[in-house]
Amino acid sequence: MSTAAAILILIGVLAFAVARPFGLPEVVAAAPAALLVIALGLVPWRDVGAEIAALGPTVGFLAAVLVLAHVADERGVFGYLGAVAGRLSGGSPRRLLRLVFGVAAVVTAALSLDATVVLLTPVVLATAVRVGARPRPHLYACGHLANSASLLLPVSNLTNLLAFGAAGLGFGQFAGVMTLPWLAVIGIEYAIFRRWFAVDLGTPARPVPPVPVRVPRFALVVLVATLAGFGLSQPIGVAPAWIAAAAAAVLAASRLVRRPAVESVRLVRAANLPFCGFVIALGVVVVAVRSGPVGAAVAGLMPHRTDLAALLAAAAIAALLANLLNNLPATLLLVPLVAPSPGLVLAVLLGVNIGPNLTYVGSLATLLWRQILHARDHPPTAWEFLRLGAVTVPACLVAGVAALWAGLRLFGLS
Amino acid sequence: MTTVVWLTEGTWPACVDAARALPADPVRLLHVVDAHSVEAIDGAHAGLLGRAAGAGGAEMLRQAQTALLDAAAARLGRPAERVARRGAVEREVVAACADADLLILARDGDRTRLGPKSLGRTTRFVLDHAPCPVLLVWPDAPPGLSTLPPPPR
Repeated sequence: MSTAAAILILIGVLAFAVARPFGLPEVVAAAPAALLVIALGLVPWRDVGAEIAALGPTVGFLAAVLVLAHVADERGVFGYLGAVAGRLSGGSPRRLLRLVFGVAAVVTAALSLDATVVLLTPVVLATAVRVGARPRPHLYACGHLANSASLLLPVSNLTNLLAFGAAGLGFGQFAGVMTLPWLAVIGIEYAIFRRWFAVDLGTPARPVPPVPVRVPRFALVVLVATLAGFGLSQPIGVAPAWIAAAAAAVLAASRLVRRPAVESVRLVRAANLPFCGFVIALGVVVVAVRSGPVGAAVAGLMPHRTDLAALLAAAAIAALLANLLNNLPATLLLVPLVAPSPGLVLAVLLGVNIGPNLTYVGSLATLLWRQILHARDHPPTAWEFLRLGAVTVPACLVAGVAALWAGLRLFGLS
Repeated sequence: MTTVVWLTEGTWPACVDAARALPADPVRLLHVVDAHSVEAIDGAHAGLLGRAAGAGGAEMLRQAQTALLDAAAARLGRPAERVARRGAVEREVVAACADADLLILARDGDRTRLGPKSLGRTTRFVLDHAPCPVLLVWPDAPPGLSTLPPPPR
């Protein structure tokens, strides 16, 4: 009975997040839902406290990195990357795709997938248009790499942050083990994209005259220092959220001094506090589901060894669940169940990070909802995404898991 | 006699030049925003749940479309009707030619390997279903006779 209630509440929270009635933020449903599971006694107080304490630093980092990406954009970092990619492409759509892959992979790894989707994609579109290349392959590349290139660092994806603590790895170790899977997955995506979009990429564009663009030296230096700071601060017990917040403060300082009131409002808005609240509330609701028979059943499904087959199974289950639910609740549900084993936690991350490329919009529910919403005003576009995802996701999962297996052995973690 | 000029990124100048070389009949400059590209942007935003922000794909691509139509009109150098559409590109182009007397479009695909597959799917569909005569132009200099493959034995 209580299990059914918990599951219904979780479904309600996710349905609201997908449909966003009246454009309301997800937390509008998630916060009352979290209170409801507590009031119904579906989660003991003790666990609520533990979950919030565990999610706190993660959500803090999310807010800080959203602000950091926002101020980096204001400093012209993304525009600069687009200008450089356009110039180096020399009017070749194929070379532009290689550059877009490189830039999107690095931006995703360093500033998280949100930066690639929200801030880099418009720049890539503008660059493709300027070069005279057809935008489609480059736009798809941004969308795909935002997911699949978010494997490298604990800070690259909200899912990684959620799992980082549970994996029991240091920042450097995490990055070290994930380097091979990251490269393997990007390589596979690139090979498939080259074939899939051969016509678009083969159509000649024209070399662009270089546009004068100011090099945002200060911002680039701060960003590189921030990345180094993430790696160096973790061993001494400083949460990466503080590093990201400090970097954002440094980059925003001059504007803040000039117009303190206006700029503070903009920064707080960039931090997206309602979404941060949603993550915490969702975490509490998922605890209610995980602690019941559903959690036990899923735990029974998850492998316990870390050989190649077991890693592959863990990644596949995670990818499946990510597509059913959305990868955030999937991560919250699965990571604690495999937590003692760093290998399995990382395999789950491969699944929840690469998996969303299958439906592209995050989950099957979102896909269906969008098809219903847009059935009248545009042609069904889902098939093209599903076909591309059906090719890239299994290939990336297999290559990524094989590389993870090798990486774990290389670092003596299996 | 109405001439429709289908403009696509990268190859449109050749189409405009071809239209300019024709007698001064009414010209309709056509560009179609690809629904898949719109969805590529909007779908990725949807995947972020409430973290998505900024302009949607339709708006971003509409701005690029307007810029392209402006550039094409300037290159043509005489008054022309401008048609901006969005959807399944191949079908929109055919629909926009319903009352046309001529459609001008450019070859796409890989110029380094000429052959049956060097036309893209979209262009092929338009060629197959165009309700009017079609003028297919090279996006740049036509290939020399030396590119002809040896005859099959």
